[in-house]
Amino acid sequence: MKTAITSLKACMDSEVDLQFGHCGCFVIYDSTNGSIEFLPNPYRENKEQAGLLAIQLLHGKNVQKIISGDFGQKVKPILDSHKIQMIILSNTNITIRKIIELLQEQSVKTT
Amino acid sequence: MSRIKTPRKLSNPPIIRGFNPYGPLVDLTKTESVILHYEEFEAFKLCDYDHLTHHQASILMHISRPTFTRIYASARSKIAISFAEGRQIEVEGGKIYFESDWYHCNQCQSHFNNPDRMLQLTNCPLCGSEQIENAKQEDKSITDREEISMHLVCAHCGYDVNMQVINRYSKTHCPHCKRLMRGNSVLKNQI
Repeated sequence: MKTAITSLKACMDSEVDLQFGHCGCFVIYDSTNGSIEFLPNPYRENKEQAGLLAIQLLHGKNVQKIISGDFGQKVKPILDSHKIQMIILSNTNITIRKIIELLQEQSVKTT
Repeated sequence: MSRIKTPRKLSNPPIIRGFNPYGPLVDLTKTESVILHYEEFEAFKLCDYDHLTHHQASILMHISRPTFTRIYASARSKIAISFAEGRQIEVEGGKIYFESDWYHCNQCQSHFNNPDRMLQLTNCPLCGSEQIENAKQEDKSITDREEISMHLVCAHCGYDVNMQVINRYSKTHCPHCKRLMRGNSVLKNQI
């Protein structure tokens, strides 16, 4: 299962970006083989529809969970229709490395 | 210029894409199929499968009661045309949006949704903790008005039980296979 995390920068010690559509970078973690992909957000500077275009990008990569600080009102119904799970963090000081460790622990428990 | 339609809320997308008639007199190549919109499918399901009143179903779909009645009438009319003329039904289109249930994890303090209503969430998808609770506020305007005894049946494993629920929208999951249970309700003490 692929999980996308919105990140401020393309590094493991970066913090989670509060925005979804205008975030700096997407970190895609694949729990089946443990791979991590850093994907710069091409729609970061868009004035409109950044979230909708970002969903198309992530849906094309078969992402099933998205972790972010918040999601816009236009984005939520579309993610629901694609059956992509949204996870909103209240503690945004958490680093990408810590989140991936949590996801790894969980995948070990389930297997 | 006409007013823009309010988007209709759907709980889950339909599991089918349409229906085909069969029989010796049916010729699918000569007849056009009937397009049943998603909101019409949902209205028909809420009224005739879940046995809700138009008022209760309209609240679930976030539209007014007269609008719901018009959608329901259109759905019945299209289904009748399809049956009478032996035409295919295609379920597609309509101005709709989906909305899922939201949960809160007491351990990592994160909020998350359940994208598939037919399955029950037991763990937080981030930290794996079992200390999760439903973050959705129930609609008081409906819950205060009725007290219902329901006979619930699990369509998957056949487990059935009689129980009192606060309102007919309360979701009960099967203790054996964790799937959403369905059932007929008997209204009691409706005010």
